[in-house]
Amino acid sequence: MNPNIPSKVVNIEDLASHFKDGMTLMCGGFGGVGAPPSLINFILDLGIKDIELISNDVGFPWIGPGKLITEKRARRIIVSHIGSNPEAGKQMHDGELDVAFYPQGTLAEKIRAGGMGLGGILVDVGLGTLVEKGKQKVMVSDHEYMIEPALTADVSIVYAKEADVYGNLTYDKSARNTNPHVATAGNITIVEAERIVEAGELDPECIVTPGAFVDYVVPSKGVDWQWVWELKRADGSPNVPQKK
Amino acid sequence: MGLGAETRRRIAERAAKEITEGMIVNLGIGIPTLVADYLKPELGVMLHTENGILGMGPSPAEGTEDGHLSNAGGYPVTLIPGASYFDSATAFGIIRKGYLDMTILGALEVSEEGDIANWIVPGKRVPGMGGAIDLAQKAKKVVVLMNHTNKDGGSKIVHRCSLPLTVQKGANLIITEMAVFEVNDNDLILIEIMHPYSLEEIKEATEATFKVSRTLTINS
Repeated sequence: MNPNIPSKVVNIEDLASHFKDGMTLMCGGFGGVGAPPSLINFILDLGIKDIELISNDVGFPWIGPGKLITEKRARRIIVSHIGSNPEAGKQMHDGELDVAFYPQGTLAEKIRAGGMGLGGILVDVGLGTLVEKGKQKVMVSDHEYMIEPALTADVSIVYAKEADVYGNLTYDKSARNTNPHVATAGNITIVEAERIVEAGELDPECIVTPGAFVDYVVPSKGVDWQWVWELKRADGSPNVPQKK
Repeated sequence: MGLGAETRRRIAERAAKEITEGMIVNLGIGIPTLVADYLKPELGVMLHTENGILGMGPSPAEGTEDGHLSNAGGYPVTLIPGASYFDSATAFGIIRKGYLDMTILGALEVSEEGDIANWIVPGKRVPGMGGAIDLAQKAKKVVVLMNHTNKDGGSKIVHRCSLPLTVQKGANLIITEMAVFEVNDNDLILIEIMHPYSLEEIKEATEATFKVSRTLTINS
């Protein structure tokens, strides 16, 4: 423990002013695994709408950022796929939701570039497909690349296994996924952590995200949704949204 | 659509024969997922997932699942010894840099030149490409597992894809319930017939032009 390190740990209710209608929000997670449940619920409770959401995907209708879609809080999403969230497909089809798709690795790198202070990346994945439509291209060493601008957000929301009070983070197995990138790319980065410890308690060798990138840490109230495999195991019936 | 469980398993079992010792392999959703059941542990294969695992193991026993340890489809998995976790950029760096020996994926259409369409039916089904384009363009070998025909009976192996592409000239091998084709220097070559189908039945069900291998075998 180091008493000289100022704490970034706050109550979730103290963060309300950071969320605004029309904001760009970046959310960690992959299929809802590693998405921050308490922060998503908080945004829903605040009534925030017209969000531009940047996320690997939009989970399932009742899981992770999928809830923001189901509650019609997003006007635009920047994702790699929406296949597990039929509600997103319906809203897109009905013209209620603007969807920008990127190949998954390209999207991860666009976010990473934003977090690392770069202007963008050069990538050839998607040449010869719809992906290259409208893209600026450049030749480097006789190889063609698309220029993909970096992505940042007004606010990034992240799920971590452990955070110390300075905001140093570790992640949980495959719940890591996009979280380390998202954590770096927000103008404000808010972390929801399963466990919060004093500075000095995390092994510096094991810290994935250094606290420099983190503005606030809040304790997680835990996952409040049922995973898709839990629903199927229960009675084999179709997957339906489960209220908490 | 509509393939019975046994047929799906036969396709998966055939695909597993393509995987050799020490390979790094990514399995897509659907029939490709079943390939894992036919991999012998002594091959030392490392299964890669887009969500950040190298060394994915079988499904856990019921009651021992972990919501934070899953495959790219969101279903619980385990690890094999030697496994690692990493972030999404690294997961795709492994693919983009060329460390993925094989990707096994499903498709809506494959052309006789190896073009693959598998991520969008414009105006109807628009799930997005996920990692499919990264995988199909960058894996060293691309194996497509699919039904030979669509639900209307039309051939899914076509002269030219009518749907937007995932990759141009990407497929190396196509395995269906009827046949196995190689794509070689822009030629589609029938290399195996799956029992109980005949060459005539395959010709009838296949729009694409194909050659028949001199070493054609019957996969019983």
